[in-house]
Amino acid sequence: MSDDHVYMTLAEGHEDDSRWAFGTGFEDPLHGVDTAVPEGVDAAALAADCVALADDALVLAQRLAEWITRAPELEEEVALANIGLDLLGQARLLYSRAGQTDGTGRDEDAYAYFRDPADFRNVRLAELPREDFAFAVTRLLVLSAWRLEHFRRLTAHPDPVLAAVAAKGVKELTYHRQYAAEWVVRLGDGTPESHRRTRTALDRVAPYLGELFTACDVREEVVAVLRQVTEAAGLPMPAYRPLPGSGRDGEHTEHLAPLLAELQSVARAHPEATW
Amino acid sequence: MTAEEHGWPLYEVFVRGKRGLNHVHVGSLHAADDTMALTHARDLYTRRNEGVSIWVVRSEYIAASTRDEKDPFFAPSADKVYRHPTFYDIPGDVPHI
Repeated sequence: MSDDHVYMTLAEGHEDDSRWAFGTGFEDPLHGVDTAVPEGVDAAALAADCVALADDALVLAQRLAEWITRAPELEEEVALANIGLDLLGQARLLYSRAGQTDGTGRDEDAYAYFRDPADFRNVRLAELPREDFAFAVTRLLVLSAWRLEHFRRLTAHPDPVLAAVAAKGVKELTYHRQYAAEWVVRLGDGTPESHRRTRTALDRVAPYLGELFTACDVREEVVAVLRQVTEAAGLPMPAYRPLPGSGRDGEHTEHLAPLLAELQSVARAHPEATW
Repeated sequence: MTAEEHGWPLYEVFVRGKRGLNHVHVGSLHAADDTMALTHARDLYTRRNEGVSIWVVRSEYIAASTRDEKDPFFAPSADKVYRHPTFYDIPGDVPHI
């Protein structure tokens, strides 16, 4: 064992060593899963659900990626980027499933890069601007807590593909929620400045909670998580003032279009390009 | 602002791989406390699916030998071949030797 390659020894054996850095020993979450739509499942509704959940993940992943080079610490930059990549992975599987079931046969890129803002069905909380780190972790706490409970229910979905994607996502989202909760407690229970910023972030997030619970009613579980975290952080539970409208109906804030313009610019400038 | 300026201490990270028998030193990182160090280690050193177990320890808690001590520490072991268990036949079913 060479000292230069001590880290390599952790990796499992590879057939193609030139690509070891891409990862090691991963399992395909859809391995052995039947991709036929089961009888009794409305394929169009299934595709719509997949697109909405994928849009949530793609848009939040983009907001998290904006922290690259901007995070307060190198370690946090990697953490936020990792979480974004987990979500991007969920989006890819869900878009692919949508393409299989909505009759269009589109691939994942067609959904991500070649739809306009009005076609996106993500919840609006995901598209709000980046703001400060307190807002980043507060939004992540709310969205990961909600998505985790949502995915837990989806593990029992009659579509085996969506159920398998959800089962994989549950493990990722559990970590995202833990990461965000640790930071919200740290900041809320930190300096007067960090406390003030986190409190502001909670107030900013609160109006969008109602939209989440309309999309999937896991209010009881999510509120319990928020109560536990805010108590530990010495923060008040945010006042609940739901905003009308929903991203699930294609109603978005003015912040989505610029986000998508940046996200889609390369793919649209060079359609069908491969690398 | 760097980590040193606001005082996040340095941690050393040890990861045990799926096929590894012991934890291997993989690098170091800054964190405010032990919990954050584990979280950071998970993100920095196991994101390509390498690890099944992580140890972190504050770097200042590691006592290390120095270069000056190299000869007194290590040279005397070089000529004592009888300390190596090479004069025994190891049965085939004894693992990890």
